[in-house]
Amino acid sequence: MLEQLSWKVGGQQGEGVESTGETFAVALNRQGYYVYSFRHFSSRIKGGHSNDKVRVSLKQFRASADYTDVLLAFDQESIDLNAAEVREGGIVIADEKFKPKAPDHVRLFAVPLTKIAEECGSAIMKNMVSLGASACALGLPVEIFAEVIEERFRRKGQKVVDQNMQAVQRGFDHMKELGGADPEFALKPADGTRRLFMMGNDALGLGALAAGARVMPAYPITPASDVMEYLIKKFPKVGGVVVQTEDEIAAINMAIGAAYGGARAFTCTSGPGLSLMMEAIGLAGMTETPVVIIDTQRGGPSTGLPTKQEQSDMLAALFGTHGEIPKIVLNPATTEECFEVMGKAFNLAEHYQCPVIVMTDLQLSLSKQTTEPLRLDAIEIDRGLIASEEDLPQVAGGEQFNRYQFTESGISARVFPGTKGGIHKVTGVEHSTNGRPNESATNRRKMVEKRARKLAGVEIPDSVVRTGDADADLVVVGIGSNIGSIEEACDRLRADGHKVAHAHIHAILPFPVTQLQQALQGAKTVVVVENNGTGQLRNLMNFFGVHHPNLSSYLRYDGMPILPVEIYDHIKGLL
Amino acid sequence: MSTMKDFKAEKPTWCPGCGDFGVLNAMQRAAVALGLEPEDVVVVSGIGCSGKMSQHFGGYGLHSLHGRSLPTAQAVKLANRNLTVFAAGGDGDGYGIGMGHFIHAIRRNIDITYIVMDNHIYGLTTGQASPTSDVGSQTKTSPRGTVERPIEPLQLALSERCGFVAQAFSGDTKHMAQVIERAVRHRGFSLVNVFSPCVTFNKVNSYEFYKEKLVNLDADPAYDCHDRLAAMRRVAEADNLVVGVVYEDTEQPAYDDAVYGYPEEPLAHLEPRLSDAMYEEILATFR
Repeated sequence: MLEQLSWKVGGQQGEGVESTGETFAVALNRQGYYVYSFRHFSSRIKGGHSNDKVRVSLKQFRASADYTDVLLAFDQESIDLNAAEVREGGIVIADEKFKPKAPDHVRLFAVPLTKIAEECGSAIMKNMVSLGASACALGLPVEIFAEVIEERFRRKGQKVVDQNMQAVQRGFDHMKELGGADPEFALKPADGTRRLFMMGNDALGLGALAAGARVMPAYPITPASDVMEYLIKKFPKVGGVVVQTEDEIAAINMAIGAAYGGARAFTCTSGPGLSLMMEAIGLAGMTETPVVIIDTQRGGPSTGLPTKQEQSDMLAALFGTHGEIPKIVLNPATTEECFEVMGKAFNLAEHYQCPVIVMTDLQLSLSKQTTEPLRLDAIEIDRGLIASEEDLPQVAGGEQFNRYQFTESGISARVFPGTKGGIHKVTGVEHSTNGRPNESATNRRKMVEKRARKLAGVEIPDSVVRTGDADADLVVVGIGSNIGSIEEACDRLRADGHKVAHAHIHAILPFPVTQLQQALQGAKTVVVVENNGTGQLRNLMNFFGVHHPNLSSYLRYDGMPILPVEIYDHIKGLL
Repeated sequence: MSTMKDFKAEKPTWCPGCGDFGVLNAMQRAAVALGLEPEDVVVVSGIGCSGKMSQHFGGYGLHSLHGRSLPTAQAVKLANRNLTVFAAGGDGDGYGIGMGHFIHAIRRNIDITYIVMDNHIYGLTTGQASPTSDVGSQTKTSPRGTVERPIEPLQLALSERCGFVAQAFSGDTKHMAQVIERAVRHRGFSLVNVFSPCVTFNKVNSYEFYKEKLVNLDADPAYDCHDRLAAMRRVAEADNLVVGVVYEDTEQPAYDDAVYGYPEEPLAHLEPRLSDAMYEEILATFR
C-alpha cells in the first residue's frame, strides 16, 4: 500500500480537466490526506493541452512529485506529453473513444469514458466516469466523491446528482472488470481530519480580511485575479469594497487614496502591473502612506509567460521605483504564510508608513493544497502611530499639524482627513514637516534622512528560516514556493548520509544580511535555487554583501516549477 | 459656521492674474455656502499649476501624481464617505496623461467633484501644447501651430452620460461658486471644466477672449439642463464656449449607493477585527 501517490489528469483546456482535478483533490483532502495540486495551463480558454497534477500523501509535501503513478488522459496528446513521467508499471487510464496508444513501460486501461457518460445522461460526465476509474485503481471507495458531487450539482437537482454518482460508479465497475484494481496502487487510509484546502491566493485574500483590509482596487491579471474575485464575494459580509479599476496605475493610486483616507488598502497584481505601479509606489514612499501591494510573479518580461512559474520580479520590486524610498518586500513560501503575511504586511506598512510588497509566485498563488489550521488570532492588528482628535490642539481652521515631524525613529504620527485640528498637506514634492513643498537643501537632507531612518538597521524577524543539519556542509538557499522541493531534496540527501541544511528567505527588503550570513556559517558549499534566468536572489546576496567562496546557482527558467529530483540531482553532482 | 478665512491657506504661488486664483476663490465660496467644515474637505490634485490647488485650499490636501488625481480622490471618498472630496487638475493632467481615469471616473460615478482648470496650455513646464489647445496654436512644441484636434471635455462627458456636466470661467467667480456648489450637491461624479486663462503662456485664450464669447446657460430660461442630447447640440453649436450647468441627471445612482454591501458607516471607521463567528463562517468554505 502506498503512503503517497501522484495522479494527473490531462486533456484539452476547457473540457473539464480543472474540475476533474479539483473534485479529486477536494474529495481526498476531506478524507484526511495531504493534497498538493499544480495546474499546467495556457493563456487561452478553450483548447491546448492542460493538466492538473495532484499529489496525495499521509504527510505534508509542498511540491509536485517527480513522477506520476496514475495518468488520466482525455486525449492522445495528454499521453504523448505526460507518459514519460509515468513511472515504470504506472497506470494510464484513457478514453477508449480515441483508441489510445501508450509506451510499453506503463499499463494502459482504455475505459469507454464518453460512452458510459452518455449512457448515464450526458457525455459531459466523462470526467465523473474517469474519477470512478481512478478510485478503483487507487483502492478508494466511490463514496468519497458523493459529498463533493452533491455540493457541485445540488442546484441542478437530485437527478443530476444521481446521474453523476452513477457515472462515478460505472467508471469504477468498468475499471474493476478490466483488472485495474491493483493493490500495489492502493493508498493507505488517512486520518479523516478535515483540513483546509486552498491556494495561496485564497490565503492572501483571507489574510487580508483578517487583517482588516477594507479597500482593494485591482485590475484583473493572471495569476492574481483570484484575490480580487474572492474579496468581491466576502467584503459585503464585513464591510469593504473591491474596485475593478481601469488599469494598475489607477489601482495603486486608489490604494494610496484609501490608505490616506484611513482604511487599510491593498492591491494585487503580477509583473506587468507591478511595472505600471512603480511611480505611485514612489508616491507612497514619499508621502509616507502605508500601502500593500501583492505581486504574484509569473513569467516575464513584457507579457512573457502569463500562466507559468517564474521568480523574476525581485529586482523590480527592490529597485523599480525612481528615487529613494524606504520599502519592505516580503516573500511568503506557503499557504499558511500567505495568510499570516497579510497581517504582517499591513502592520509593517502602518508602523513604518511605507509601501510593502508581498511577493508570491504562480506556483504558490495557484496551487491548491492542504493547509494547516489558520487561526484568526495569528493576525494582530497594529495600526501604528495615529494622532486622534484628542491629541490635537483644537484651533478653528488653520493648519498646525506637522505630519512629517522629525523624530528619532523617523516615524511621525498620521492623522486622517475628517479629524478636527489635524489639517495638513500631503505631497509627492519634497516637503517641510507640515507637508508644504520645500526645496531647501537643508530640509531636503533632513527629510531624506528622516525617511531613511525608519528602516535603517532593521531586519524583519524570521526573514531567514534555516532547517536541517546544524553542522551542514551544504546549505541550499531558496525563496517562495520552492520551499517544498528544496525541503524534499534535502531530506533525500540526508537519507543518503549528507549533511545539508535549507535556508529559506521570507523577506528580501530590508535584505536580511545578518540572518543570512548566520544561516550560511560553516557551510562549505552554498547553492541558491530560484526560478529565473539570471540568479536574481544570488545577485542580491552579492549586492548586499552576503558572500561565500563556494556559491553557485540552480536556476530554472522554462516556466515550470522546480521538482525535488532536480535539486537532488544537481547537488549530488556537486558533492 | 465656517467663513472664507477657514478655507484659506498659504499665499498662492500662481503668476499674478492666473485664472486659478478665481477657481480657488470660487471653491472657497462654495465651501462656505455649503456649510462645510475645513477638516471635512479633501482636495486631491494632480501635477501642474492647477496641482497647487491642494496646497492653497484650506482643508486637507493631497498632491498626488501627474494625471492621477482622479483615482486617488475616488478612493479617499470610498474610504470615508463623510468627506467632501474634490479632485483638481489641469487640461494636461486630466485630459492628457490622466484621460483614461477621466472616462472611468465618469462611468464609476463615485460622489466627488472634479474641477479642471483648462487653460489650453502646459504652464508649469513653460508653454507646450495641451490636449485642449486649439488647432493652429503656436507653442514651444508646436511652433508652426498644433495639428491635433483638441479634446472636447464636455462632449466626452456627455457622451459617457456623466451625471453632472458644467463649465465655468475664472473671470466670473461668483457664478463659478454657484456652479461648484451645485456640483458638490450632486450625488455622483461631477465635472466642472473651468476656462482658467494662463496669462503667461497663452495670449490667445485670454479673459477678454472668453468675456466676449461665452454664453451663460444658467441665465437662459429656455435651456433644459436635463436633456442630454439637446445639451450636446447646444455645446456643439456654441463651439464649447458655454458656461453654467450643461447637464444634470439626478436619476443615476452614485457608486457608493449602488455597489452591493457598501456600508453606511465610513469604511475608515469600521472595526478592523473580524468577529470569531464571522471568521469561522468565512473559513468554512475552504473545508
